[in-house]
Amino acid sequence: MINWKVILNIARTHLLTKMKSTVTASLGVTFGIGAYITLVSFMTGLNEMLDSLILNQTPHIHLYNEIEPSQEQPVALYKDFEDAINVVRSVKPKQSQTKIHNALPILNYLKSDEKVKGATPQLRAQIFYLSGSIELGGNLVGVDVMEEARLYNLRDYIVKGTAEDLKNTENGILLGSGLAGKMSLAPGDRVQVSTVKGDVFPLKIVGIYQSGIADIDNIQSFANLKTVQRILGEANNYITDINVKLLTIEDAPTMANVLEKQFNITATDINEANAQFETGSNIRNLITYAVSITLLIVAGFGIYNILNMLIYEKMKDIAILKATGFSGRDVQLIFMSQAMIIGAVGGILGLIVGYVLSRMIDNVAFETEALPTITTYPINYNIWYYVIGISFALLSTFVAGWLPASKARRIDPVRIIRGT
Amino acid sequence: MELVLETKNINKYFQKPVKFHVLKDISLGVKKGEFASIMGKSGSGKSTLLYILSTMDTDYSGELYLNNELVTGQKSQDLSRIRNKHIGFVFQFHYLLSEFSVLENVMLPAKKLAIKSHAEIEHDAMEKLKMLNIETLAHQRASRISGGEKQRVAIARALINNPSILMGDEPTGNLDSYNSENVFGIFKRLKEEKGLSLLVVTHDEDFAKRTDRIIQMEDGMIIN
Repeated sequence: MINWKVILNIARTHLLTKMKSTVTASLGVTFGIGAYITLVSFMTGLNEMLDSLILNQTPHIHLYNEIEPSQEQPVALYKDFEDAINVVRSVKPKQSQTKIHNALPILNYLKSDEKVKGATPQLRAQIFYLSGSIELGGNLVGVDVMEEARLYNLRDYIVKGTAEDLKNTENGILLGSGLAGKMSLAPGDRVQVSTVKGDVFPLKIVGIYQSGIADIDNIQSFANLKTVQRILGEANNYITDINVKLLTIEDAPTMANVLEKQFNITATDINEANAQFETGSNIRNLITYAVSITLLIVAGFGIYNILNMLIYEKMKDIAILKATGFSGRDVQLIFMSQAMIIGAVGGILGLIVGYVLSRMIDNVAFETEALPTITTYPINYNIWYYVIGISFALLSTFVAGWLPASKARRIDPVRIIRGT
Repeated sequence: MELVLETKNINKYFQKPVKFHVLKDISLGVKKGEFASIMGKSGSGKSTLLYILSTMDTDYSGELYLNNELVTGQKSQDLSRIRNKHIGFVFQFHYLLSEFSVLENVMLPAKKLAIKSHAEIEHDAMEKLKMLNIETLAHQRASRISGGEKQRVAIARALINNPSILMGDEPTGNLDSYNSENVFGIFKRLKEEKGLSLLVVTHDEDFAKRTDRIIQMEDGMIIN
């Protein structure tokens, strides 16, 4: 019953003859959507980069032996003092080893679990870097470098040299960039490290590692697991940490609980370790959406205003349409379709403007000491932002058009024609 | 003779600014092929009556029949359809859609009715324009033509769906005597050649005298 062709034809003629208002209204939407797309792409890109800065380097589950005092002191087990109040002063940590008991079987078990993307052994050793008569405290982490590169994007943080260089060099070391700076060392040079026991080993620098977090880069270096075991004089089952990466991060808390009980070991999951991180991301997202929605509402008011004006100008036309047999609904549809056309055109232009602006930001140089892998501002080209953008454009123009269009529907033609 | 339009005991009140009885017990009929005119002083209620007859004003009591079918109480959607199909309306001021061409203005009600194809509608519209000797204006913008021409275009538009009745609210009120004569001539011809029923509200006594019947109104009542 609704004759869309006629309605759209009238709507189109109205829009074309009022080109200025149409363009103004569309530009309002274009600006709103364009700003939304740019803002949300940029903000989430930045968020993702910051997230990955921490999360990519962080295992989903970290297994290690915690140094802690016994929950129950021996006196509590002694029957004679059962009813007494026991006070133990100066409680010391339990005598235990830092190495993980049965580390290799645990590793194999984890690697065969289908929920696990990978598990890597690590050996953390306290060492001193020797530079002439200066001793710099720090730690050396023995790793399976290819697995680290696969699971934790280690390659992104190797600013000089490659992961393969380390793998192929028996006594190689990936030196922290802060350390390299302090000791004026470059790949190819040698650095001497000393264990806590006092044994000195020369290592060959195969690359420079820069995590972007200065406190780490100033103390930490990587070497092959076997090299570190040899430096410490330990067997090849001496492993202090096991890092687990899962296929889905959501499984981490439950799996950490299970592993803790199963192997009598300390297991921390990523949410526990980075709880504050999530909060930061959420708040940044909230700000992004608040600003975007404000922009779109402003654009919506623009459309509302222009349609209202248009309807006042077109009072006589509305009366004549109604007198010649167009129903109130037809008239409403005419103005609604004008609003929707403005919304669609403005929205699509907005997506294009947003994309172009994102592209431009994407190409702006952004080099910072803290982020070695980043050369330009990060942008997140998620198709969903574009879907949300165009939906919001249509929704806001629909709402903005609804009131004026309903008003047009209710206009009494007799009053207009008789001029009362 | 068959009645095209018939009213039974129509009463209407204005609520604002004070309650006022505008139309008192109006009962009248317009026969098929009749050219009737309504005359009366300002405020006698003649225009009010016409807008009720045109189905645009629904705020009244009584009954209105069009082609022996009760119109009173129908839904506004259906009333729009009735107006579109059965009633042609010509106003005192031309009331064309100024952004559209003359031809589009004439075609619009037929497009809304959507019974004929676009080509047929365009053909019909050209026919109507030819009949009124304004076919040369077809592709002009409606805002670019003279007052007399606009009124003829409005008549063409009122005729496009071949209505049962043509109503006019002082259709010559805004025209000079030459154009008034012209419009009257057109109405007369439509009645004689096409057998169209016409009901015209007018102030112009000369105009009214030449119609088939004058319905004289005073203080909301028909007095003849």
